Amino acid sequence: MDKFTKVTGVATPLMRQNVDTDLIIRIERLVDNVTRDGLGPYCFEQIRFKPDGSEDPDCIFNQAPYRGAPIILSRENFGCGSSREGAVWALKGMGIKTVIAPYFGDIFNNNCFQNGILPVALPIAEIEQLADEMKASPGNARVTVDLENCTVVSPTGRIIPFQIDARRQHAMLNGLDDIAQTMSHKGEIEAWQAGDKTARPWVWL
Amino acid sequence: MGKTLFDKIWDSHVITDLGNGFVLLHIDRLLLHDMSGGKALKEAIEKGYPPSQPRLMYGTPDHTMSTQPGRTEKTHPPGEPLILSMRETTRAYGIKLFDLGQDGQGIVHVMGPEQGLTLPGTTLVCGDSHTSTHGGMGALAFGIGSSELVHVIATQTMVQRKPKRLRASFDGKLMAGVTAKDMILHLIGELGTAAGTGFSVEYAGSAVRALPVEARLTLCNLTIEMGARTGMVAPDDTTYEYLNGRDYAPKDAMWDRAVAHWRTLPSDPDAEFDREHTVDMKNVAPQITWGTSPEHVIAVDRAIPDPRTGPEEKRGAWEAALKYQGLEPGKPIEGTKVDWVFIGSCTNSRISDLRAAASIVKGRHKADHVTAWVVPGSERIKREAEAEGLDRVFLEAGFEWREPGCSMCLASNGERVPPGKRSVSTSNRNFVGRQGPGARTHLASPAMAAAAAIQGTIADVRKF
Repeated sequence: MDKFTKVTGVATPLMRQNVDTDLIIRIERLVDNVTRDGLGPYCFEQIRFKPDGSEDPDCIFNQAPYRGAPIILSRENFGCGSSREGAVWALKGMGIKTVIAPYFGDIFNNNCFQNGILPVALPIAEIEQLADEMKASPGNARVTVDLENCTVVSPTGRIIPFQIDARRQHAMLNGLDDIAQTMSHKGEIEAWQAGDKTARPWVWL
Repeated sequence: MGKTLFDKIWDSHVITDLGNGFVLLHIDRLLLHDMSGGKALKEAIEKGYPPSQPRLMYGTPDHTMSTQPGRTEKTHPPGEPLILSMRETTRAYGIKLFDLGQDGQGIVHVMGPEQGLTLPGTTLVCGDSHTSTHGGMGALAFGIGSSELVHVIATQTMVQRKPKRLRASFDGKLMAGVTAKDMILHLIGELGTAAGTGFSVEYAGSAVRALPVEARLTLCNLTIEMGARTGMVAPDDTTYEYLNGRDYAPKDAMWDRAVAHWRTLPSDPDAEFDREHTVDMKNVAPQITWGTSPEHVIAVDRAIPDPRTGPEEKRGAWEAALKYQGLEPGKPIEGTKVDWVFIGSCTNSRISDLRAAASIVKGRHKADHVTAWVVPGSERIKREAEAEGLDRVFLEAGFEWREPGCSMCLASNGERVPPGKRSVSTSNRNFVGRQGPGARTHLASPAMAAAAAIQGTIADVRKF
C-alpha cells in the first residue's frame, strides 16, 4: 500500500450526510476506464458538472480555494453504499489524501487503507468547527492531518486528537504490503486448511 | 456465556490472532463477477500470487453485459473486455465460470445459493457490497474491495477485525401485501442507513423463521443499506430443504454429516448481542422509498414527509432529496406518476419474486406511458419462469422479458432510466443517479413494482 504520514492543505467542506460511492464515481467509468489512474476527472462528476458537461460554479470543488484541495470534510457515513474501490482511486486521482467525517462506510474505510488515503473519524461538532474556520479565512486557512501523532491541526491551531487502529497506523506509516505480511503465516494457513478438510470435508469441493 | 451464530462461524475460521484486535480469517468461498473478477485475478498473477485455492473460487458475468434478448458479450461493447478477461483468467487457473447462456450464469448473489455453493457456516466474500445476501443461508458473507479481493485470491484469507453484534427481531405475522423487502426497508427506516456500521446483523424472530429461503436472501441483501457488511439468518429445516440436492451441496452421508454440524450453528439461548432491536410486524405495511437514501422510506399509504417537521439534523438531506426526486412534501405518495418499472437485481429477481409480480400482472396490462422490464436473476430462473409461462404473463401485459444480469439496478451495462424519469424498482439503492444520471428511483417489492406498472403511478398492492 502507499505510505501516508502527514498532509497540510486546504480542506473542502462537503458538508453532506451519506456521501455514497455511486456519487463519488459513477459505475460506468469503472467499466470504460481500464486503468485506475484516469478516474480523477470523473470524481464527483454528478455534482461538479452540469448535465451539458460544463462545470457547475455552485459546486464547492469548483470554487477557489477548494479546487485541488487534498482534504475533504464531510458529515456522517461518508463512503456508504457500493464496495467499488474505484471510489478511492477517483478521490486519489482528484488529489485527495484524507477525508474527515464522523464515520465511514465499512468497506470504503477498508479500501482507503489499501490505497494510502487516510479516513479520519472526528465528532461532528469538531468537523463543523473545522469547516467554519476554513470558511472564515478562505485562501489562507490550512488543516494538517498527522498520522504519526494522530492529530488534526485546525486553521486556528487547535490540536484535535483522533483514534486509529495501531495495526493500520503502522501499516500506513510504513507502506506495508498486506499480502506479503499474510504470506508470512503460510504455514499456519496450510495447517488450518488441512484440519478443516478433516472437520468439514463438504466445504472442500 | 453462549455464543451467537456469527461468533461461532467467525471463531471457527480464525487461523491466527494478529494482535490489536485483528485476526487472519479463512475464506471458504470467493465469488467473482465481471466488474472486478478478471482484473483482480490478473493483478494477483502479475504480483506473483496465482489463485491459492481455485476450487473454492467461482465466477459468473452479471454486471457489464446487456440483458437484451439474444445478447452476447458484444451487445454492450464496453463490457466485452471485462468478460473476455474473466474467461481467460478463470480458464487458465481452473476456476469454474458459469458463462453467458449456461445454467448457473446469473447475478452472483443469485448464483451462489441457487447452485448450492453458499453453505451454512461458511465464510464467503465477493467484490460487491450485496454479498450480505448469502447470509440468508446462514453463511458469514460480506462484500470487499478490489485490493482485498486480490488478497483473498492470493491467500484464501482476510485480515479482519471482529465487528459488534446487532440482533434485529421481527415478531408476529406478515400482514397482507408485506414481503421480506418491506420488512428490511421498514427496519432501515427505523434505524437509519448507518445503524449497522461496525456491526454484524442477525435477523431473528417468528416472522423471519417463517420466511422461505429466497425471502431470507432478500432480507440479508439490504443489510449493507443500514451500514453493516454482513447480515445472517440462522440455518434451519427451511434452509436444509432448500439446499438438499443442489448441484454443489454435499450429498448422501456427507449431507447428513454437514446437517449435523449446521444444527450446532444457531445462536445459543443465552448469547449476548451488543445491540437488540425488535420490530412488531403489526407496524409493517408495504413500503416505498421517497428520497435518495434507503432510509427515506414510508408505508405506501402515507404522505411524502415534510423536512420542516422532520429531525433537524436531516432537514438539509430531506430537502435535497425531495428536490432531486421532484416531489412535494405533504402529498400522498400513492398516485405519483411513474415512467419506468424495473423488476430484477440481486434483491428481488428470484423465481418467488417473479411469481409474486406475475400474480399482480396476470390478466392486466401495463399503463401506456410506463416502460416495464423484468430481468430474471439467473439463467436457471429464466428457464424455470418460462416453463411456468411467467414470461407470457409479462409479455402479454406489455412488459419486456429479458436475459439475466444486474441491469438497471446500477446501470453498469448502459441500461438506464432516462434523466428526470421516475422508476419503481425492486433493487436496493435509490441513490442520486444510481439508475442513470438524473433518474428518480423508488424502491419497493416485486408486487408493488408490478402494481405501479399496471396503475401507471405509485400504487398500493393491497388494492389489487
